[in-house]
Amino acid sequence: MDAKAAALLGAGLAAIGCGLASIGVGNVFAKFLEGALRNPGAADAQQGRLFIGFAGAELLGLLSFVVAALLIFA
Amino acid sequence: MAAEGKVDPMHQFTIEPLFGTESWQIAGYHIPFTNSALWMALSALLIAVFVAGGNKRQLVPGRWQMAVESFTGFIDGLLASNVGPAGKKYVPYLFTLFMFILFANFLGLLPLGVLGLHPFTFTSHFSATGVLAVLTFAIVIVVGFARHGLHFFSLFVPHGTPLVMIPLIFVVELISFLVRPFSLGLRLFVAMMAGHVLLEVLSSFVISTGNANIGLFAVAGLPSFILMIGICALELLVAGIQAYVFALLTCVYLNDAENLH
Repeated sequence: MDAKAAALLGAGLAAIGCGLASIGVGNVFAKFLEGALRNPGAADAQQGRLFIGFAGAELLGLLSFVVAALLIFA
Repeated sequence: MAAEGKVDPMHQFTIEPLFGTESWQIAGYHIPFTNSALWMALSALLIAVFVAGGNKRQLVPGRWQMAVESFTGFIDGLLASNVGPAGKKYVPYLFTLFMFILFANFLGLLPLGVLGLHPFTFTSHFSATGVLAVLTFAIVIVVGFARHGLHFFSLFVPHGTPLVMIPLIFVVELISFLVRPFSLGLRLFVAMMAGHVLLEVLSSFVISTGNANIGLFAVAGLPSFILMIGICALELLVAGIQAYVFALLTCVYLNDAENLH
């Protein structure tokens, strides 16, 4: 296998990271809804923290895109 | 592009000089007026028009004034809940940052391509988002050292850390602090870029199967077209969320600088 083919395979494997990040983002919103339905009065005040958690989970998925892009173009 | 048989989804991110300004030079550097600069200027202009239209200060606000006031009220509330009373002075900076990113993201999604005018999303370039992130990071550092002096370094040692753990925790916290501008800019740029690549790939399916034959179009082209409508709605959501997340994280970092932990 030459180096270019290996890099393309690696870029494809990096797409697994997108799926894993989707589990993370789903978890963030699912847990928030779970808590918010139990105590709707406290839900609105926690929206900032919800999006901080979302941003953290999403960033790690976006990093897999960066890895794939680096493998393909660099 | 479909006629060539192969679509290059990265072509839409090409930066090129406009209006014959290719030979412009400033202090020996080659600085033409590019399409990126054009859309930056356009979004700044639109924000100015939007804000000026709602700046009449009527006692009973009209629709336009309500729209502008809901944005300023939103930023005001964001700073008040994340930074506290010390955050009041950052309202102009955060409002500018949020509106600039929001308008840029939405302008890049406008379907002006049917008129032959292709919008350019400059937030899909790390050179643009990185500068915005470094700006925030610079404000955090300057404010942090100006307000707390060398005591600012206590940000890297959380309360109640055992003495033996301090060297290790300090290094870990320092790295997580230094990686902030990178992650802030990277998030916005990758989210916008990935969305636009996805839209371009799907639209190339529609066009190339439509050119091939009607059976292939019904099997592959039509479903991609329906999917594209959904993805467009998702991209509108992402454009808003990414602007919000950028503003929110800026708030959180400013809170570190103002109030330490």
